[in-house]
Amino acid sequence: MKKLREIAHSRTGDKGNTSNISVIAYREKDYPLLLEQVTSERVKALFAGVVEGEVVRYELPNISALNFVMSGALGGGVTRSLALDAHGKSLSSALLDLDIDDAPQQ
Amino acid sequence: MRTIRIGSGAGYSGDRIEPAVELAEKGDLQYLVFECLGERTVALAQQARMKNPDSGYDPLLEERMRAVLPLCAGKGIKVVTNMGAAHSVAAARKTAEIAKSLGLSSLKIAAIVGDDVLDACKDGDLPIMEFDGSIKQLGNRLLSANAYLGAGPIADALTAGADIVITGRASDPALFLAPMIHAFGWAMDDWDLLGQGTVAGHLLECAGQITGGYFADPGYKDVLGLARLGFPIGEVGEDGSLVITKVAGSGGAVTAQTCKEQLLYEVHDPKRYLQPDVVADFSQVKVEEIAPDRVRVSGGRGTRRTDTLKVSVGYVDSFIGEGQISYAGPGAVARGRLALEIVRERLKLTGVAASELRFELVGVDSLHGPDVSACANEPYEVRVRVAGRTESLREAVRIGNEVETLYTNGPAAGGGAWKSARDVVAVASVLLPRDLAKPQVRFVGA
Repeated sequence: MKKLREIAHSRTGDKGNTSNISVIAYREKDYPLLLEQVTSERVKALFAGVVEGEVVRYELPNISALNFVMSGALGGGVTRSLALDAHGKSLSSALLDLDIDDAPQQ
Repeated sequence: MRTIRIGSGAGYSGDRIEPAVELAEKGDLQYLVFECLGERTVALAQQARMKNPDSGYDPLLEERMRAVLPLCAGKGIKVVTNMGAAHSVAAARKTAEIAKSLGLSSLKIAAIVGDDVLDACKDGDLPIMEFDGSIKQLGNRLLSANAYLGAGPIADALTAGADIVITGRASDPALFLAPMIHAFGWAMDDWDLLGQGTVAGHLLECAGQITGGYFADPGYKDVLGLARLGFPIGEVGEDGSLVITKVAGSGGAVTAQTCKEQLLYEVHDPKRYLQPDVVADFSQVKVEEIAPDRVRVSGGRGTRRTDTLKVSVGYVDSFIGEGQISYAGPGAVARGRLALEIVRERLKLTGVAASELRFELVGVDSLHGPDVSACANEPYEVRVRVAGRTESLREAVRIGNEVETLYTNGPAAGGGAWKSARDVVAVASVLLPRDLAKPQVRFVGA
């Protein structure tokens, strides 16, 4: 078992009330682990208290990356949010704490 | 093959200035672009313009122009910027005045106008994309409506001989795409070239975010020299080939990792990155380190542009009142929680009308809420934060007051109280039929 942070890096972006978080494998060989274990369901569960809308995952195999688009994630929108981090820029750090099971499949 | 070098001199309105000077001095550039216009900045600038008809442009325009114009004029570097905000013509006039005072009266300065589409939006009573409602329903809370213009008018201004082009609302990547269209004569329906040019613009538009800013994570992603971070340069070939680099010896790093992070920054569906000139497709992009601080980015594509332009609508949304106070040492969290309970009850008792409230402890659960933060250890100090949305400034003030009175009425040893109350200018979007926006180039005499 390891943390996502050991195998991937991440950046958060914002548009209106939607947040997107990229998850990018440091090494190409870890991309299948991301595909298998960093699912939109897990991301939605992690951010249950933050994200009101749906979480959609896009896959970018060319750069070994996933892109999560989370609607209703920014307290009504960057320009009107009551949140300290209105842009949600710190969200990627929470995602990188996700547990990854890297034991070889039996 | 012809190649141009485009520098990115600012990633937001308040960005550092000396990296742009370094780019102008040592970047071997033909173009220097400043992206300075945030989502709601046009609305705030429009408010300023209503108070003073000669204002409404970026407050740092003068400082930036004074810093780079002598170098740019000396080396023939063309400047493109959206520092025009709500009044590109006033910004161009001001720039002409600055150029004259620097002995650079021969510079040709152009303003792009026509992004202000408030009247067209009112006439059409267009529906708001983010919530149920229309332009007319915003009534007198409506402040501004500005269309994201494309690269066409900027390229036209460059082709007409402009040394400096100042826009209001334009798509950020378009500021970079325009020099490519001008220099290489790309057709406005060559979707793949426009798509790859958009990749270049998108990567460059946030300046330091691709050279190691917004990236460092000690022990995992180390970056040297962030205090003197170099801003990026895009080397673009007429076939759309692209290398991202920076000035040798500047701080930061351009790596495959920084480029990949920035490629997906603020992107939703990577196959459909909607731009005024093209629907760009990032899904086939490849990123390859070819030398230290030199990364080749290829594979951007595009499809036909849409029939509408995105319009950013600024409106007075509400008021926000806020208060903070700190507790430290043993029991800090318990006293912080007690403080929050007291303020919660006080706001009820005194009848403060807030449509939305947040009660949180900075250092414990303010960023991601109690669920995500549950496993963290007890901190040495916490900061109580209460924020609420109200319909008037008077109500907003009462929220901060209820935190401040914790000094003498709340838990032991609360310090450093702070409060604020402000009006909120928010932005929403509408889609405007493309032909209703009529951009024009206006040259301003020095």
